[in-house]
Amino acid sequence: MDETVSEFFRRTILKIPLTEMMTILKTWNFLSENQLQTVNFRQRKESLVQDLVLLCEENRASLNDAALLDIIYTQFHRHQKVWDVFQMSKGPGEDTDLFDMEQFKSSFKKILKRALKNVTVSFRDAEENAVWIRIAWGTQYRKPNQYKPAYVVYYSQTPYAFTSSSQLKSNLPLLGQALTIASKHHQIVKMDLRSRYLDSLKAIVFKQYNQTFETHNSTTPLQERSLGLDINMDSRIIHENKTEKERVQRVTQEIFGDYPQPRLEFAQYKLETKFKSDLNGGILAEREEPLRCLVKFSSPHLLEALKSLAPAGIADAPLSPLLTCIPNKGMNYFKIRDK
Amino acid sequence: MSVLRPLDKLPGLNTATILLVGTEDALLQQLAEAMLKEDCTSELKVHLAKSLPLPSNVNRPRIDLIVFVVNLHSKHSLRNVEESLHHVDAAFFLGKVSFLATGAGRENHCSIHRNTVTKLAHTYRSPLLFCDLEIEDFRATMAQRLVRMLQICAGHVPSVSALNLLSLLQNSENPSLEDL
Repeated sequence: MDETVSEFFRRTILKIPLTEMMTILKTWNFLSENQLQTVNFRQRKESLVQDLVLLCEENRASLNDAALLDIIYTQFHRHQKVWDVFQMSKGPGEDTDLFDMEQFKSSFKKILKRALKNVTVSFRDAEENAVWIRIAWGTQYRKPNQYKPAYVVYYSQTPYAFTSSSQLKSNLPLLGQALTIASKHHQIVKMDLRSRYLDSLKAIVFKQYNQTFETHNSTTPLQERSLGLDINMDSRIIHENKTEKERVQRVTQEIFGDYPQPRLEFAQYKLETKFKSDLNGGILAEREEPLRCLVKFSSPHLLEALKSLAPAGIADAPLSPLLTCIPNKGMNYFKIRDK
Repeated sequence: MSVLRPLDKLPGLNTATILLVGTEDALLQQLAEAMLKEDCTSELKVHLAKSLPLPSNVNRPRIDLIVFVVNLHSKHSLRNVEESLHHVDAAFFLGKVSFLATGAGRENHCSIHRNTVTKLAHTYRSPLLFCDLEIEDFRATMAQRLVRMLQICAGHVPSVSALNLLSLLQNSENPSLEDL
Protein backbone atom coordinates (compact mmCIF):
# COMPACT_ATOMS: atom_id res chain seq x y z
CA MET A 1 0.00 0.00 0.00
CA ASP A 2 1.23 3.43 -0.88
CA GLU A 3 2.80 5.33 1.99
CA THR A 4 0.50 8.32 1.57
CA VAL A 5 -2.53 6.03 1.59
CA SER A 6 -1.24 4.26 4.65
CA GLU A 7 -0.72 7.59 6.39
CA PHE A 8 -4.21 8.67 5.36
CA PHE A 9 -5.61 5.51 6.93
CA ARG A 10 -3.64 6.10 10.09
CA ARG A 11 -4.84 9.66 10.47
CA THR A 12 -8.44 8.83 9.66
CA ILE A 13 -8.62 5.95 12.15
CA LEU A 14 -6.84 8.09 14.75
CA LYS A 15 -9.65 10.65 14.53
CA ILE A 16 -12.24 8.09 15.60
CA PRO A 17 -12.93 8.14 19.36
CA LEU A 18 -12.38 4.78 21.05
CA THR A 19 -16.00 4.55 22.13
CA GLU A 20 -17.15 4.63 18.51
CA MET A 21 -14.36 2.58 17.01
CA MET A 22 -16.19 -0.72 16.83
CA THR A 23 -19.41 0.81 15.50
CA ILE A 24 -17.68 2.73 12.76
CA LEU A 25 -15.49 -0.18 11.71
CA LYS A 26 -18.53 -2.43 11.51
CA THR A 27 -20.41 0.14 9.45
CA TRP A 28 -17.44 0.37 7.12
CA ASN A 29 -17.57 -3.37 6.73
CA PHE A 30 -14.14 -3.60 5.15
CA LEU A 31 -12.38 -5.63 7.82
CA SER A 32 -14.00 -8.97 8.50
CA GLU A 33 -15.33 -10.15 11.87
CA ASN A 34 -12.42 -12.53 12.23
CA GLN A 35 -9.89 -9.84 11.57
CA LEU A 36 -11.51 -7.48 14.08
CA GLN A 37 -11.44 -10.22 16.69
CA THR A 38 -7.67 -10.54 16.37
CA VAL A 39 -7.23 -6.94 17.43
CA ASN A 40 -6.94 -5.90 21.06
CA PHE A 41 -9.25 -2.92 21.43
CA ARG A 42 -8.13 -2.22 24.96
CA GLN A 43 -4.57 -1.25 24.14
CA ARG A 44 -3.29 2.28 23.77
CA LYS A 45 -4.85 4.08 20.82
CA GLU A 46 -1.57 4.53 18.94
CA SER A 47 -0.90 0.80 18.94
CA LEU A 48 -4.51 -0.03 18.14
CA VAL A 49 -4.38 2.24 15.12
CA GLN A 50 -1.12 0.65 14.00
CA ASP A 51 -2.70 -2.82 14.18
CA LEU A 52 -5.73 -1.69 12.22
CA VAL A 53 -3.60 -0.08 9.52
CA LEU A 54 -1.67 -3.35 9.18
CA LEU A 55 -4.94 -5.18 8.71
CA CYS A 56 -5.96 -2.69 6.04
CA GLU A 57 -2.69 -3.34 4.27
CA GLU A 58 -3.35 -7.07 4.42
CA ASN A 59 -6.66 -6.51 2.71
CA ARG A 60 -5.00 -4.35 0.08
CA ALA A 61 -7.08 -1.34 0.97
CA SER A 62 -7.21 1.38 -1.63
CA LEU A 63 -7.55 5.13 -1.42
CA ASN A 64 -11.23 4.74 -2.14
CA ASP A 65 -11.71 2.51 0.89
CA ALA A 66 -10.01 5.12 3.04
CA ALA A 67 -12.22 7.81 1.55
CA LEU A 68 -15.26 5.70 2.38
CA LEU A 69 -14.11 5.41 5.99
CA ASP A 70 -13.71 9.18 6.07
CA ILE A 71 -17.27 9.62 4.81
CA ILE A 72 -18.57 7.32 7.53
CA TYR A 73 -16.64 9.20 10.18
CA THR A 74 -18.11 12.47 8.90
CA GLN A 75 -21.60 10.99 8.88
CA PHE A 76 -21.19 10.15 12.55
CA HIS A 77 -19.70 13.58 13.27
CA ARG A 78 -21.68 15.75 10.94
CA HIS A 79 -21.92 18.47 13.56
CA GLN A 80 -18.22 19.16 13.21
CA LYS A 81 -18.81 20.77 9.84
CA VAL A 82 -20.81 23.83 8.92
CA TRP A 83 -23.32 23.09 6.17
CA ASP A 84 -24.54 25.40 3.42
CA VAL A 85 -27.70 24.78 1.43
CA PHE A 86 -27.99 24.95 -2.33
CA GLN A 87 -31.15 24.88 -4.37
CA MET A 88 -31.21 23.80 -7.98
CA SER A 89 -33.87 24.50 -10.54
CA LYS A 90 -34.75 23.15 -13.89
CA GLY A 91 -35.10 25.42 -16.86
CA PRO A 92 -38.57 26.31 -18.13
CA GLY A 93 -40.13 23.56 -20.14
CA GLU A 94 -37.62 20.90 -19.20
CA ASP A 95 -38.99 17.45 -18.62
CA THR A 96 -38.47 15.77 -15.31
CA ASP A 97 -36.46 12.73 -16.30
CA LEU A 98 -36.31 9.70 -14.13
CA PHE A 99 -33.32 10.02 -11.87
CA ASP A 100 -30.58 7.46 -12.37
CA MET A 101 -28.18 7.36 -9.44
CA GLU A 102 -25.41 5.58 -11.29
CA GLN A 103 -25.59 7.97 -14.17
CA PHE A 104 -25.49 10.91 -11.79
CA LYS A 105 -22.41 9.57 -10.03
CA SER A 106 -20.45 8.85 -13.19
CA SER A 107 -21.42 12.16 -14.73
CA PHE A 108 -20.45 14.08 -11.60
CA LYS A 109 -17.10 12.36 -11.39
CA LYS A 110 -16.40 12.87 -15.08
CA ILE A 111 -17.07 16.60 -14.95
CA LEU A 112 -14.71 17.11 -12.02
CA LYS A 113 -11.99 14.95 -13.48
CA ARG A 114 -12.18 16.76 -16.77
CA ALA A 115 -11.72 20.13 -15.11
CA LEU A 116 -9.09 19.14 -12.53
CA LYS A 117 -6.99 16.18 -13.42
CA ASN A 118 -6.28 15.44 -9.79
CA VAL A 119 -9.39 14.97 -7.75
CA THR A 120 -10.69 12.11 -5.59
CA VAL A 121 -14.42 11.60 -5.71
CA SER A 122 -16.14 9.01 -3.50
CA PHE A 123 -19.80 8.20 -3.00
CA ARG A 124 -21.82 6.56 -0.27
CA ASP A 125 -25.54 6.00 -0.56
CA ALA A 126 -27.74 6.94 2.34
CA GLU A 127 -31.39 6.65 3.24
CA GLU A 128 -34.13 8.72 1.60
CA ASN A 129 -32.48 8.52 -1.84
CA ALA A 130 -29.60 10.61 -0.63
CA VAL A 131 -25.97 10.29 -1.57
CA TRP A 132 -22.96 11.52 0.36
CA ILE A 133 -20.17 12.71 -1.90
CA ARG A 134 -16.63 13.30 -0.73
CA ILE A 135 -14.32 15.39 -2.89
CA ALA A 136 -10.61 15.82 -2.27
CA TRP A 137 -9.29 18.67 -4.38
CA GLY A 138 -6.04 18.78 -6.28
CA THR A 139 -4.85 20.85 -9.20
CA GLN A 140 -3.42 20.10 -12.62
CA TYR A 141 -0.02 19.64 -11.05
CA ARG A 142 -0.69 18.62 -7.47
CA LYS A 143 -2.17 15.47 -6.02
CA PRO A 144 -5.46 15.83 -4.13
CA ASN A 145 -5.25 17.04 -0.56
CA GLN A 146 -7.02 14.30 1.35
CA TYR A 147 -7.11 16.27 4.56
CA LYS A 148 -9.35 19.13 3.40
CA PRO A 149 -12.17 17.42 1.56
CA ALA A 150 -15.52 18.90 0.72
CA TYR A 151 -18.70 16.98 1.38
CA VAL A 152 -21.96 17.17 -0.51
CA VAL A 153 -25.17 15.52 0.59
CA TYR A 154 -27.58 15.42 -2.32
CA TYR A 155 -31.19 14.33 -1.94
CA SER A 156 -31.90 13.05 -5.41
CA GLN A 157 -35.67 13.36 -5.26
CA THR A 158 -35.39 17.02 -4.35
CA PRO A 159 -33.57 20.00 -5.82
CA TYR A 160 -31.56 20.47 -2.61
CA ALA A 161 -27.96 19.74 -1.82
CA PHE A 162 -26.05 20.42 1.39
CA THR A 163 -22.35 21.15 1.24
CA SER A 164 -19.81 21.43 3.98
CA SER A 165 -18.06 24.77 3.74
CA SER A 166 -14.71 23.72 2.46
CA GLN A 167 -11.65 25.81 3.11
CA LEU A 168 -10.83 25.73 -0.57
CA LYS A 169 -13.49 28.15 -1.66
CA SER A 170 -12.19 28.59 -5.18
CA ASN A 171 -13.55 25.21 -6.17
CA LEU A 172 -17.09 26.05 -5.19
CA PRO A 173 -18.28 27.20 -8.65
CA LEU A 174 -16.94 24.04 -10.20
CA LEU A 175 -18.67 21.94 -7.60
CA GLY A 176 -21.94 23.74 -8.22
CA GLN A 177 -21.59 23.27 -11.94
CA ALA A 178 -20.86 19.58 -11.65
CA LEU A 179 -23.81 19.07 -9.34
CA THR A 180 -26.18 20.97 -11.60
CA ILE A 181 -25.19 19.28 -14.82
CA ALA A 182 -24.97 15.78 -13.41
CA SER A 183 -28.41 16.03 -11.84
CA LYS A 184 -29.84 17.49 -15.04
CA HIS A 185 -30.73 20.85 -13.60
CA HIS A 186 -30.31 24.23 -15.14
CA GLN A 187 -29.33 26.53 -12.34
CA ILE A 188 -27.99 26.41 -8.82
CA VAL A 189 -28.47 29.05 -6.15
CA LYS A 190 -26.99 29.27 -2.69
CA MET A 191 -29.64 29.73 -0.04
CA ASP A 192 -29.10 32.10 2.86
CA LEU A 193 -29.17 29.24 5.28
CA ARG A 194 -26.28 27.78 7.20
CA SER A 195 -25.87 25.64 10.29
CA ARG A 196 -23.91 22.80 11.83
CA TYR A 197 -26.99 20.69 12.26
CA LEU A 198 -27.62 18.95 8.98
CA ASP A 199 -30.79 17.29 10.22
CA SER A 200 -32.26 20.64 11.22
CA LEU A 201 -31.40 22.13 7.84
CA LYS A 202 -33.16 19.17 6.25
CA ALA A 203 -36.19 19.69 8.45
CA ILE A 204 -36.39 23.35 7.53
CA VAL A 205 -35.84 22.92 3.82
CA PHE A 206 -38.17 19.94 3.45
CA LYS A 207 -40.70 21.60 5.76
CA GLN A 208 -40.74 18.63 8.09
CA TYR A 209 -40.29 20.51 11.34
CA ASN A 210 -43.88 21.35 12.04
CA GLN A 211 -45.22 17.89 12.49
CA THR A 212 -46.69 17.54 15.92
CA PHE A 213 -46.27 14.10 17.34
CA GLU A 214 -49.21 12.83 19.33
CA THR A 215 -48.25 12.55 22.99
CA HIS A 216 -50.60 11.96 25.86
CA ASN A 217 -50.23 15.62 26.88
CA SER A 218 -51.22 17.12 23.60
CA THR A 219 -54.95 16.66 24.08
CA THR A 220 -55.18 18.77 27.23
CA PRO A 221 -55.97 22.40 26.41
CA LEU A 222 -53.43 25.11 27.07
CA GLN A 223 -55.29 26.38 30.13
CA GLU A 224 -54.99 23.13 32.02
CA ARG A 225 -51.37 22.68 31.16
CA SER A 226 -50.29 26.07 32.43
CA LEU A 227 -52.37 25.69 35.58
CA GLY A 228 -50.69 22.37 36.21
CA LEU A 229 -47.62 24.32 37.22
CA ASP A 230 -49.62 26.31 39.74
CA ILE A 231 -50.52 23.33 41.87
CA ASN A 232 -47.04 23.27 43.30
CA MET A 233 -47.21 26.95 44.12
CA ASP A 234 -47.89 28.41 47.47
CA SER A 235 -51.38 29.84 47.68
CA ARG A 236 -49.90 32.92 49.29
CA ILE A 237 -48.30 33.85 45.97
CA ILE A 238 -50.72 35.55 43.63
CA HIS A 239 -50.00 36.28 40.01
CA GLU A 240 -51.65 39.52 39.04
CA ASN A 241 -51.11 39.26 35.32
CA LYS A 242 -52.49 35.80 34.70
CA THR A 243 -54.43 36.82 31.61
CA GLU A 244 -51.37 38.46 30.16
CA LYS A 245 -49.28 35.36 30.83
CA GLU A 246 -51.86 33.21 29.13
CA ARG A 247 -51.94 35.56 26.16
CA VAL A 248 -48.16 35.37 25.84
CA GLN A 249 -48.27 31.56 26.00
CA ARG A 250 -50.99 31.47 23.38
CA VAL A 251 -49.20 33.84 21.01
CA THR A 252 -45.94 31.95 21.43
CA GLN A 253 -47.64 28.68 20.73
CA GLU A 254 -49.34 30.09 17.64
CA ILE A 255 -46.08 31.30 16.22
CA PHE A 256 -43.72 28.52 17.25
CA GLY A 257 -46.05 25.59 17.63
CA ASP A 258 -45.82 22.73 20.08
CA TYR A 259 -43.11 20.83 18.29
CA PRO A 260 -39.36 20.99 18.96
CA GLN A 261 -37.70 23.66 16.86
CA PRO A 262 -35.01 22.85 14.31
CA ARG A 263 -31.57 23.64 15.60
CA LEU A 264 -29.65 26.66 14.35
CA GLU A 265 -26.76 28.43 15.96
CA PHE A 266 -27.16 31.93 14.67
CA ALA A 267 -29.15 34.44 12.69
CA GLN A 268 -27.44 37.34 11.01
CA TYR A 269 -29.03 40.56 9.84
CA LYS A 270 -27.18 42.98 7.60
CA LEU A 271 -28.78 46.38 7.65
CA GLU A 272 -28.23 48.92 4.93
CA THR A 273 -30.64 51.69 5.54
CA LYS A 274 -30.56 55.42 5.41
CA PHE A 275 -30.75 57.34 8.64
CA LYS A 276 -34.29 58.35 9.55
CA SER A 277 -34.94 61.03 12.09
CA ASP A 278 -37.89 63.00 13.35
CA LEU A 279 -35.75 66.04 13.89
CA ASN A 280 -34.96 68.15 10.88
CA GLY A 281 -31.35 68.57 10.01
CA GLY A 282 -28.50 67.00 11.87
CA ILE A 283 -25.38 65.57 10.33
CA LEU A 284 -26.66 62.06 9.86
CA ALA A 285 -29.92 63.12 8.21
CA GLU A 286 -28.06 64.67 5.30
CA ARG A 287 -25.98 61.60 4.66
CA GLU A 288 -26.66 60.08 1.27
CA GLU A 289 -25.00 56.75 1.86
CA PRO A 290 -26.89 54.17 3.82
CA LEU A 291 -25.67 53.20 7.25
CA ARG A 292 -24.34 49.69 7.48
CA CYS A 293 -24.63 47.55 10.50
CA LEU A 294 -24.57 43.87 11.33
CA VAL A 295 -26.65 42.26 14.04
CA LYS A 296 -25.91 38.66 14.90
CA PHE A 297 -27.87 36.47 17.30
CA SER A 298 -26.07 33.35 18.48
CA SER A 299 -27.16 30.57 20.74
CA PRO A 300 -26.62 26.84 21.19
CA HIS A 301 -30.22 26.47 20.03
CA LEU A 302 -31.40 29.74 18.55
CA LEU A 303 -35.04 28.97 17.81
CA GLU A 304 -35.76 27.46 21.22
CA ALA A 305 -34.13 30.50 22.79
CA LEU A 306 -36.33 32.83 20.72
CA LYS A 307 -39.37 30.76 21.67
CA SER A 308 -38.64 31.20 25.37
CA LEU A 309 -38.00 34.97 25.21
CA ALA A 310 -41.58 36.12 25.66
CA PRO A 311 -42.61 33.58 28.34
CA ALA A 312 -39.46 34.48 30.31
CA GLY A 313 -40.40 38.14 30.23
CA ILE A 314 -37.30 39.22 28.34
CA ALA A 315 -39.22 40.42 25.29
CA ASP A 316 -42.78 41.31 24.41
CA ALA A 317 -44.97 38.92 22.51
CA PRO A 318 -45.36 38.72 19.54
CA LEU A 319 -41.71 38.83 18.53
CA SER A 320 -40.53 40.68 15.50
CA PRO A 321 -41.44 38.83 12.30
CA LEU A 322 -37.79 39.09 11.26
CA LEU A 323 -37.02 36.59 14.01
CA THR A 324 -40.03 34.35 13.69
CA CYS A 325 -39.87 33.92 9.93
CA ILE A 326 -36.58 32.01 10.03
CA PRO A 327 -37.88 28.44 9.63
CA ASN A 328 -40.71 29.48 7.32
CA LYS A 329 -38.50 31.34 4.92
CA GLY A 330 -35.62 28.94 5.31
CA MET A 331 -33.16 31.76 5.90
CA ASN A 332 -30.86 32.75 8.68
CA TYR A 333 -28.94 35.39 6.79
CA PHE A 334 -30.91 38.52 6.05
CA LYS A 335 -30.15 41.70 4.14
CA ILE A 336 -32.39 44.56 5.06
CA ARG A 337 -32.47 47.52 2.77
CA ASP A 338 -34.66 50.57 2.41
CA LYS A 339 -37.70 49.84 0.35
CA MET B 1 -58.70 54.64 38.88
CA SER B 2 -55.70 52.67 37.94
CA VAL B 3 -53.32 54.30 40.40
CA LEU B 4 -52.19 52.34 43.43
CA ARG B 5 -52.79 54.14 46.67
CA PRO B 6 -51.30 53.08 49.98
CA LEU B 7 -54.16 53.78 52.32
CA ASP B 8 -57.29 53.23 50.26
CA LYS B 9 -58.07 49.90 51.94
CA LEU B 10 -58.28 48.66 55.46
CA PRO B 11 -55.46 46.39 56.53
CA GLY B 12 -56.12 42.71 57.08
CA LEU B 13 -55.59 41.29 60.55
CA ASN B 14 -51.90 40.53 61.02
CA THR B 15 -51.48 40.42 57.23
CA ALA B 16 -48.63 41.97 55.32
CA THR B 17 -48.78 42.08 51.53
CA ILE B 18 -45.88 42.78 49.22
CA LEU B 19 -46.13 43.47 45.51
CA LEU B 20 -43.18 42.49 43.35
CA VAL B 21 -43.16 44.18 39.95
CA GLY B 22 -40.80 42.96 37.26
CA THR B 23 -40.71 41.45 33.77
CA GLU B 24 -38.95 38.21 34.61
CA ASP B 25 -41.51 35.97 36.16
CA ALA B 26 -39.13 33.18 37.08
CA LEU B 27 -36.98 35.46 39.25
CA LEU B 28 -39.99 36.97 41.00
CA GLN B 29 -41.40 33.53 41.65
CA GLN B 30 -38.16 32.34 43.23
CA LEU B 31 -37.88 35.44 45.38
CA ALA B 32 -41.47 35.01 46.50
CA GLU B 33 -40.86 31.41 47.49
CA ALA B 34 -37.71 32.40 49.39
CA MET B 35 -39.66 35.05 51.30
CA LEU B 36 -42.41 32.64 52.24
CA LYS B 37 -39.86 30.24 53.67
CA GLU B 38 -38.91 32.77 56.32
CA ASP B 39 -40.29 32.47 59.82
CA CYS B 40 -42.52 35.42 60.36
CA THR B 41 -45.10 36.31 62.94
CA SER B 42 -47.22 38.10 60.34
CA GLU B 43 -49.15 36.36 57.63
CA LEU B 44 -47.38 37.09 54.39
CA LYS B 45 -48.90 37.47 50.97
CA VAL B 46 -46.86 37.99 47.83
CA HIS B 47 -48.35 39.45 44.69
CA LEU B 48 -46.39 39.17 41.46
CA ALA B 49 -47.05 41.51 38.57
CA LYS B 50 -45.34 42.04 35.28
CA SER B 51 -46.27 45.70 35.18
CA LEU B 52 -48.69 48.27 36.47
CA PRO B 53 -51.53 49.10 36.33
CA LEU B 54 -52.93 45.99 37.95
CA PRO B 55 -56.15 44.51 36.60
CA SER B 56 -58.92 46.42 38.27
CA ASN B 57 -61.59 43.79 38.66
CA VAL B 58 -59.75 41.82 41.31
CA ASN B 59 -60.31 41.96 45.02
CA ARG B 60 -56.92 42.32 46.59
CA PRO B 61 -55.67 43.22 50.05
CA ARG B 62 -53.95 46.49 50.89
CA ILE B 63 -50.43 46.56 49.52
CA ASP B 64 -47.86 47.44 52.15
CA LEU B 65 -44.65 47.42 50.13
CA ILE B 66 -43.91 47.58 46.41
CA VAL B 67 -40.58 46.33 45.15
CA PHE B 68 -39.69 47.15 41.56
CA VAL B 69 -37.26 44.57 40.20
CA VAL B 70 -34.91 45.70 37.45
CA ASN B 71 -32.65 43.25 35.68
CA LEU B 72 -29.47 45.09 34.76
CA HIS B 73 -29.07 42.76 31.78
CA SER B 74 -32.26 43.95 30.17
CA LYS B 75 -33.24 47.45 29.08
CA HIS B 76 -36.71 46.04 28.59
CA SER B 77 -37.08 45.46 32.32
CA LEU B 78 -35.95 49.01 33.14
CA ARG B 79 -38.38 50.53 30.68
CA ASN B 80 -41.16 48.41 32.10
CA VAL B 81 -40.45 49.62 35.63
CA GLU B 82 -40.24 53.25 34.50
CA GLU B 83 -43.64 53.00 32.89
CA SER B 84 -45.16 51.20 35.84
CA LEU B 85 -43.99 53.90 38.24
CA HIS B 86 -46.52 56.30 36.72
CA HIS B 87 -49.31 54.22 38.14
CA VAL B 88 -48.24 54.56 41.75
CA ASP B 89 -49.60 57.29 43.94
CA ALA B 90 -47.05 59.72 45.39
CA ALA B 91 -47.95 58.71 48.94
CA PHE B 92 -46.46 55.31 48.33
CA PHE B 93 -43.02 56.81 48.05
CA LEU B 94 -42.93 57.59 51.76
CA GLY B 95 -41.05 54.44 52.52
CA LYS B 96 -43.36 51.89 50.92
CA VAL B 97 -41.51 51.55 47.64
CA SER B 98 -38.14 49.99 47.05
CA PHE B 99 -36.06 49.18 44.00
CA LEU B 100 -34.17 45.94 43.54
CA ALA B 101 -31.48 45.61 40.89
CA THR B 102 -30.37 42.14 39.92
CA GLY B 103 -27.60 40.93 37.65
CA ALA B 104 -24.83 43.28 38.76
CA GLY B 105 -22.54 40.33 39.43
CA ARG B 106 -22.21 39.45 35.76
CA GLU B 107 -20.91 42.75 34.59
CA ASN B 108 -20.25 41.77 30.98
CA HIS B 109 -23.93 40.99 30.55
CA CYS B 110 -25.09 44.31 31.95
CA SER B 111 -26.60 46.70 29.47
CA ILE B 112 -27.80 49.16 32.09
CA HIS B 113 -25.31 51.14 34.08
CA ARG B 114 -25.50 51.11 37.87
CA ASN B 115 -25.85 54.88 37.83
CA THR B 116 -29.06 54.66 35.85
CA VAL B 117 -30.87 52.71 38.53
CA THR B 118 -29.20 54.76 41.26
CA LYS B 119 -30.55 57.92 39.66
CA LEU B 120 -33.97 56.36 39.26
CA ALA B 121 -34.11 55.39 42.92
CA HIS B 122 -32.90 58.82 43.91
CA THR B 123 -35.55 60.53 41.77
CA TYR B 124 -38.21 58.60 43.59
CA ARG B 125 -36.53 59.04 46.97
CA SER B 126 -36.64 55.32 47.56
CA PRO B 127 -34.01 52.83 48.65
CA LEU B 128 -32.16 50.76 46.08
CA LEU B 129 -31.09 47.23 46.86
CA PHE B 130 -28.66 45.16 44.84
CA CYS B 131 -28.97 41.41 44.78
CA ASP B 132 -28.19 38.69 42.25
CA LEU B 133 -31.48 36.87 42.48
CA GLU B 134 -30.17 33.93 40.52
CA ILE B 135 -27.86 32.92 43.35
CA GLU B 136 -29.73 31.06 46.02
CA ASP B 137 -27.81 32.31 49.05
CA PHE B 138 -28.03 35.96 48.04
CA ARG B 139 -31.68 35.49 47.28
CA ALA B 140 -32.33 34.00 50.71
CA THR B 141 -30.57 36.91 52.42
CA MET B 142 -32.50 39.43 50.36
CA ALA B 143 -35.72 37.61 51.15
CA GLN B 144 -34.99 37.98 54.86
CA ARG B 145 -34.39 41.68 54.42
CA LEU B 146 -37.54 42.17 52.42
CA VAL B 147 -39.64 40.31 54.97
CA ARG B 148 -38.31 42.58 57.70
CA MET B 149 -38.98 45.68 55.58
CA LEU B 150 -42.44 44.41 54.81
CA GLN B 151 -43.27 43.91 58.45
CA ILE B 152 -42.21 47.47 59.21
CA CYS B 153 -44.21 48.88 56.30
CA ALA B 154 -47.27 46.95 57.40
CA GLY B 155 -46.90 48.47 60.85
CA HIS B 156 -46.25 45.16 62.55
CA VAL B 157 -43.05 46.30 64.22
CA PRO B 158 -43.76 48.52 67.21
CA SER B 159 -42.34 52.06 67.15
CA VAL B 160 -40.83 51.77 63.68
CA SER B 161 -42.77 53.09 60.72
CA ALA B 162 -42.08 52.97 57.01
CA LEU B 163 -41.04 56.60 57.09
CA ASN B 164 -38.59 55.95 59.96
CA LEU B 165 -37.05 53.17 57.97
CA LEU B 166 -36.77 55.35 54.91
CA SER B 167 -34.89 58.10 56.66
CA LEU B 168 -32.63 55.52 58.29
CA LEU B 169 -31.77 54.01 54.94
CA GLN B 170 -31.24 57.34 53.25
CA ASN B 171 -28.84 58.70 55.85
CA SER B 172 -26.49 55.81 55.31
CA GLU B 173 -26.20 56.43 51.58
CA ASN B 174 -23.73 58.83 50.03
CA PRO B 175 -25.10 62.35 49.98
CA SER B 176 -26.35 63.31 46.54
CA LEU B 177 -25.03 66.27 44.63
CA GLU B 178 -28.18 68.24 45.44
CA ASP B 179 -27.72 67.79 49.15
CA LEU B 180 -24.14 69.05 49.16
